[in-house]
Amino acid sequence: MKILAFAEQRDNRFRKSSFETVQTGKKIADQLNAEFVALVIGSGVGSIAGELGHYGASRVVIVDDPSLTQHSNSAYAKVIAEIAKKEAAGIIFLPASQMGKDIAPRIAVKLDAGLASDCIALKIENGDVIATRPVFAGKALLDVKVNTAVKMFTLRPNVFTAVASEGAASAENVSVALTPEDLATMVKEVKVATGRPDVTEADIIVSGGRGLKGPENWHLIENLADVLGAAVGASRAVVDAGWRPHDEQVGQTGKTVAPTMYIACGVSGAVQHLAGMSSSKCIVAINKDKDAPIFQVADYGIVGDVFEVLPELTAELKKALGK
Amino acid sequence: MKIVVCVNHVPDTETKIKVGPDNKTIDKAGVNFMLSPYDEFAVEEALRLKEKHSGEVTVMSLGGDVHKETLRKALAMGVEKAVLLKDDSVRDSFGIAKALADEIKTMAPDIVLFGKQSIDFDDAQVGTMVAEILGFASVSVVVKLTIENGKVTCEREIEGGHETVESKLPCVIQAQRGLNEPRYPSLKGIMSAKTKPIVEKPAASAEMRVEPVALRKPQSKAAGKIVGTDKSAVADLVRLLHEEAKVI
Repeated sequence: MKILAFAEQRDNRFRKSSFETVQTGKKIADQLNAEFVALVIGSGVGSIAGELGHYGASRVVIVDDPSLTQHSNSAYAKVIAEIAKKEAAGIIFLPASQMGKDIAPRIAVKLDAGLASDCIALKIENGDVIATRPVFAGKALLDVKVNTAVKMFTLRPNVFTAVASEGAASAENVSVALTPEDLATMVKEVKVATGRPDVTEADIIVSGGRGLKGPENWHLIENLADVLGAAVGASRAVVDAGWRPHDEQVGQTGKTVAPTMYIACGVSGAVQHLAGMSSSKCIVAINKDKDAPIFQVADYGIVGDVFEVLPELTAELKKALGK
Repeated sequence: MKIVVCVNHVPDTETKIKVGPDNKTIDKAGVNFMLSPYDEFAVEEALRLKEKHSGEVTVMSLGGDVHKETLRKALAMGVEKAVLLKDDSVRDSFGIAKALADEIKTMAPDIVLFGKQSIDFDDAQVGTMVAEILGFASVSVVVKLTIENGKVTCEREIEGGHETVESKLPCVIQAQRGLNEPRYPSLKGIMSAKTKPIVEKPAASAEMRVEPVALRKPQSKAAGKIVGTDKSAVADLVRLLHEEAKVI
């Protein structure tokens, strides 16, 4: 048996979720006494493949092709499926990133594989991998078993650990023939929104709700986020009101997040918001209303006015962090 | 332009989920169901494509009779035709995708729309699987869509930004919030939806590739510490985050 992990890169830089995927794949391979191989796709990616050695990959397959510089779901899916066949991989891991989710279902169809999406935990029972995945935006957890010969799992970013250690990888180049048809769906341009991290990948999120009273007060959230190097999040109410863009929305119809620390400011904590953030490791809530549901999931709360507490917190953290 | 839009009937976002007696599915008693929100963006986009390029829209759903309520909502918004692939069994995403793809194939559409994910099982697999089964192009998490002279241009959301993707027809598009603002059904639309036919067909069977083992509620967190009631609590909070929670 062999286990394959796909390590996503953008602009020849691995995403943190790729390291998480590689390290998790290696861990499962060790538990199942299976061989492990990591796969990198792109253009000029040979120089970065070695980094995967620090996360447990001793062997890395590289598909280096100028036509794969940008993401193409049709081409990437074909390449991964071809390599998986060539390697006779029994289990394939991908990050449940926007790229991973765009290609995994295609690969699953090509390989007649069952696919468990967005897993947050894996365990082995009688030689089977049992995956836990959040459903209903995290209001419930579902354990699933994949019944096919080839099994696929995408792993939710920011949940599995990635700790670098000593280790070297040997890399080998493999080519996969691509037709114009394979490349018909292609990314032409990438626009990066802000310098801040995305809520799905951030270690810390500072999130604002209706308690902020209007978009003109968002500097209070942003100043705190900047001191912490945090992402900025928002409740559905403020996104619906047009105060903030929808890609910042946390909750059932927005993004599900699991940062190390989630600071909810003026967020009351509607069911659908709590579903999206309550698996955060440490939750801090600042809200005027002591009965706000957000306090039921918060580790630390201040029942107070965000307009007074936020500037004070920003100043205090600046001091504590020496910024 | 021949347009198909696939929709799902899901518990509304206010629902507090209870685990059913089989420990694999939810307890549906007292739960309100709705058109999955991302699918609503897909229906709206289908109607806008029809208005711009002319053609016809068919809405399709796989499930039990209760799915008719969601199909009628799409009909009330302005869709002309509805197909219900009747099935009451528990299916995985491949099982749903295979049955939808078999039916969609007979219709030979130019474009098939889905929501970016159904907000029940959050698999985000069905749309892309349908595309792969049918040999169609696909773009997921779409916030902007233009179709001109058979060329598809989309903006899709990625971590911390957006990608512009070019693709071709036939294509599966999976809608993300931001793509459009769905219309409210008019009274006339609601009335006429009652008399529009819903074609019922049996859903093709497919093997279960991913099997549910156990559904459970996440461990509920104990409510934490209220550190204080005004800004004087901030110094304490920062100390606790550093010394106790060790997050800064």
